[in-house]
Amino acid sequence: MSRRPNPPEQGVVRPPSGGWRLLSGWAETGRAETYSEHVERFGRLPLTHYAGTAGRQRLIDAVAAAGLRGRGGAAFPTAVKMATVANGRGRAVVVGNGCEGEPSSRKDRILADYAPHLVIDGALLAAHATGADEVHLCMHEGAASLDNVARAAHEHRSKVKVRVVAIPGGFVASEESALVHYLEAGDARPTSKPPRVFERGVKGRPTFVGNFETLAQLGLIARFGPEWWRSVGTAQSPGTALVTVDGAVQHPGVVEVPYGMTLGEVLECAGGPTETVQALLVGGYAGHWLRADSAVAVPLTHEGLGAVGASVGVASVIALPARACGVTETAHVLRYLAAESAAQCGPCMFGLPAIASDFAELANGSAVRDQIVLRRLERRLGEIDGRGACSHPDGAVRLAESALRVFEPDVRQHLAGRPCAAAGVAPRLPLLQPGRGVLVAR
Amino acid sequence: MTAPGLATQWRLRVDPIKCRAHGLCAELLPETVDLDEWGYAIARRAVPPLVLGEARAAVAACPTLALRLERTSAS
Repeated sequence: MSRRPNPPEQGVVRPPSGGWRLLSGWAETGRAETYSEHVERFGRLPLTHYAGTAGRQRLIDAVAAAGLRGRGGAAFPTAVKMATVANGRGRAVVVGNGCEGEPSSRKDRILADYAPHLVIDGALLAAHATGADEVHLCMHEGAASLDNVARAAHEHRSKVKVRVVAIPGGFVASEESALVHYLEAGDARPTSKPPRVFERGVKGRPTFVGNFETLAQLGLIARFGPEWWRSVGTAQSPGTALVTVDGAVQHPGVVEVPYGMTLGEVLECAGGPTETVQALLVGGYAGHWLRADSAVAVPLTHEGLGAVGASVGVASVIALPARACGVTETAHVLRYLAAESAAQCGPCMFGLPAIASDFAELANGSAVRDQIVLRRLERRLGEIDGRGACSHPDGAVRLAESALRVFEPDVRQHLAGRPCAAAGVAPRLPLLQPGRGVLVAR
Repeated sequence: MTAPGLATQWRLRVDPIKCRAHGLCAELLPETVDLDEWGYAIARRAVPPLVLGEARAAVAACPTLALRLERTSAS
């Protein structure tokens, strides 16, 4: 492989143009970017530009001006978290979260595989901004990307200690307090709040936990500035997003799209639907169902999805075909979420299996009993919400509530003893098969 | 100007990991604590000032120390 000599001086490097930013290297070459290619494409990490206390503040200000929000699902303003950690008591710690316990999402794995250097840049920038002297990059055990990221981190020769950590699998193991708990005590289960990890995290130190995509976006903002970064997207949801598209589409995979694209256009990026689609699951398993006919016009933005009672979440979009039974599919996902409970909090440990079996009963349809089941389910959803140490039970509640709304006509048919033809079958969607998929080109 | 203390509200916070559904809190303080169908405490309502003493008793009685009485500013 030919290596092009002499990476251009910083400042000469132009920001990526066209639709791809984080994955512009992949879009051009179709393979993972080496360190020298990365430096050639993006320029060196501009740490000298942000030197000193004033420089660190400038970096945080740039992130604030960009309006970057966390890409792990919670969409918390990154600059606020950074500033809190930077001003906290004691030396800060940075944790990069690439676990992606959410099975509907593959973007962080794609980043780790194809653009690891941008993720590492972001982690080093976060360490610089917060004054951290150690970085832990976390991925799930067995992830092929682990070695790749470890090798890549080594090439950066940073003074900051960068450690790649394998986290045991599981949906809630990548929740931020679970990560800190694992780094501290080898137990990857969430802990009660307060304290929040940005106040007191690893070794009791203020800890910045950033999703891999958030970190990679930092790498772009620090180099090319907030104005360029905001030049795509909307005022409230600036920049690009990595979206995993799955279900009844031609080319399931990960795409990088500007915020503001409609969900229909996002489906087109994945080759469009393969058959009639009745609903979209947006934001992951802890996300929301939306009716396909109206959802295709909804922009993928915080404000656009918020207006229809949904949220961006982990930015995955799954197309459910018309011939599938939404109640049945939801029952499958709820059973999965119940099994993924860390079994620490009663409302989650007992509540999630209970709502999963309520849903399974609704799906299977036995008219007389179902009226009781529906009322019980609605009561349980209200009771469970907000009563876990982490938001795992809340996510299951959101999913269930949106299913009852979106599939309401189906639920009514089931209640009348006329379940749909696809009721009670094994999942039609690739919902429970993580790790599927390729990158799709736009 | 509100006199100090008058605007203060009190709330019980349940540590969901520590709560093991013993249910003593609901016995001592039915005004504030409900139990879900598995016996775990739900404490969503504010603690009325008149039963602050019972609330403290509930905190002390919890076998797993899962309860805390917290001051919240009235909204």
